[in-house]
Amino acid sequence: MPTRKKRPKLAVFKFASCDGCQLSLLDCEDELLLLADAVRIASFAEASSRVLRGPYDISLVEGSITTPHDAERIREVRAQSRVLVTIGACATSGGVQALRNFRDVKEFARVVYARPEYIDTLATSTPIADHVKVDYELRGCPIDKRQLLAVLSALLSGRTPSIASHSVCMQCKLRGNVCVMVAHGTPCLGPVTHAGCGALCPTYHRGCYGCFGPAETTNTGGLEWALVAAGASQEDIARTYATFNTAAPPFRRAQEEQLVQIRLKEGRRG
Amino acid sequence: MPVVLAAADLDALVQALAGRGYRVLGPVARDGAIVIDDVRRAADLPIGLEDVQGPGRYRLERREHGAFFAFTVGPHSWKQTFHVPVERLFQIRRHKEGFSVIPDEAPRQRIALLGARACEIHAIAIQDRILIHGEHPDPRYAARRSDVFVVAVNCMRAGGTCFCASMGTGPRAERGFDLALTELVEPGDHRFLVEIGSDDGAAVAAELPVRPANPEEIGAAASVSERTAAAMGRRLDTSGLKERLQKNLEHPRWDDVATRCLACGNCTMVCPTCFCTEFEDTTDLAGETAERTKRWESCFTLGFSHVHGGSVRSSIKARYRQWLTHKLAGWHDQFGTSGCVGCGRCITWCPVGIDITEEAAAVGLPEKDG
Ligand code: SF4
Ligand code: SF4
Ligand code: SF4
Ligand code: SF4
Repeated sequence: MPTRKKRPKLAVFKFASCDGCQLSLLDCEDELLLLADAVRIASFAEASSRVLRGPYDISLVEGSITTPHDAERIREVRAQSRVLVTIGACATSGGVQALRNFRDVKEFARVVYARPEYIDTLATSTPIADHVKVDYELRGCPIDKRQLLAVLSALLSGRTPSIASHSVCMQCKLRGNVCVMVAHGTPCLGPVTHAGCGALCPTYHRGCYGCFGPAETTNTGGLEWALVAAGASQEDIARTYATFNTAAPPFRRAQEEQLVQIRLKEGRRG
Repeated sequence: MPVVLAAADLDALVQALAGRGYRVLGPVARDGAIVIDDVRRAADLPIGLEDVQGPGRYRLERREHGAFFAFTVGPHSWKQTFHVPVERLFQIRRHKEGFSVIPDEAPRQRIALLGARACEIHAIAIQDRILIHGEHPDPRYAARRSDVFVVAVNCMRAGGTCFCASMGTGPRAERGFDLALTELVEPGDHRFLVEIGSDDGAAVAAELPVRPANPEEIGAAASVSERTAAAMGRRLDTSGLKERLQKNLEHPRWDDVATRCLACGNCTMVCPTCFCTEFEDTTDLAGETAERTKRWESCFTLGFSHVHGGSVRSSIKARYRQWLTHKLAGWHDQFGTSGCVGCGRCITWCPVGIDITEEAAAVGLPEKDG
């Protein structure tokens, strides 16, 4: 049997993000030494200041594109990477910072910064895939470390990673959980949310709040009445979709539908 | 002849089974529902609890009657026990001379089902037909099924989403059990009528503090089942249903249900007869070991119908139609039986309460004019 000769080069790149997803890599305590044996860490600011030059066999990209400079930098990263994997809600959908996409970012800058003229920022926060070709996406805020290891192991052995894109409900049922929506009346976004977390929140008797973003097929309109029946207001629903994956198109549409209805109601009242 | 066991002596049954080396599985209350788990003593059972079920809704309520089995079926089924949700099939390890394959054997254990309902016994028989006697037998499933003692319980209430009477699968267990209990709850007199269905059942009953049943008790048990049959939460007209469904594959009702269905897959997961699985291969970081895992899959995922070039059933409409027509029509062609035993789980545990009996009835009707 052939054994691996040259260890592949792994690089981790950060764009607009909180570092939480990269830290998931450090969180792989038991597997970290194995990983260090299996790859050469070429660039990983959270772990080491040593930077090896490209090209890289596998690049993990965290964060969204929010500045003209980053829009350039991601192209360089792509050019240097054989396989590019985006990790986390920021990289895959624009993150919570994409709330700006639907507001006036100049006004934010004026309110927040003493010297807004020093701020060089784009009007939008966009996912990496809007700028360059992405080979695999890992969802979540933060990502699930088991999924990260599964993808790295697959890539290292030349397999296509299998990343289930169905609903959280499937994982919830595989765990034998009692559905919080049906049995407790707790609003849950599991039916429209992408699997990957292993149904973490419902396992602890909380509703899913969609941090893995939209599943492969979503029917947010169909889910609405069940959320309302479980006691969520339309404002609550709009807010829940407006978090880590606010700009993911199915979640964005779900917010807009709620906002339209809220405005209609207010109009009727006013 | 049936015998009678005092409710206070139910624990003797649990201990007799445990004493014979059975792992006793039965209903226990957890997280606001009745689920299936280990039962070590009769006191572990959900005494005095009733379930209130409707489309997309399940609640437990406490009653004064102190009955052991006053609830109906919950989110779990015996599918979890025999056709387990996730299991590793084998490992492959690399070594100097090449590699070796190390299969995972199914655990050989004696399992006693305490409180299997009539619809569930039918569901197990349907899965046996497919996974033991079908074209692609599953040796692991067969191993898990090989040493099972069934204590049936005849339902004393029908749930809000039950329709076993329509499907001819309940509420009374007619066969497929070692012992069958009917709980008789009267003020000051709480007992079980125990029917014996096998030699093993007779041997276990002989260890219990029982006495022969009198004709009144036999009559009382029969009327429990009659009352339950008359109180079904739902019904489904099955006459010509297969043909009606297969003739109506373009019925507008499919578009209507597609606006409501979330393609979440909950219905297939909770259904005690759905058997579809998916395989997943993983390797470790060092590239020294690989594993193959099997897990439940659902026709509601895109991956389920993925072939070269994409998914055959990309719309929710196509996926809901697959589910319903497979259960109630295609199953007859494929396995000579319905794929639905009328347990109502898919109705209760659908987050948006889509009701298979309503949808089937609507699709099975001719289109309305205009
Ligand atoms: S708790 Fe949420 S994720 Fe789990 S099955 Fe229910 S709706 Fe789906
Ligand atoms: S289709 Fe629904 S009612 Fe029929 S057996 Fe499956 S879960 Fe029960
Ligand atoms: S209804 Fe779907 S999940 Fe169930 S057995 Fe048929 S194809 Fe499989
Ligand atoms: S019928 Fe209900 S449980 Fe089944 S996939 Fe559709 S929404 Fe989910």
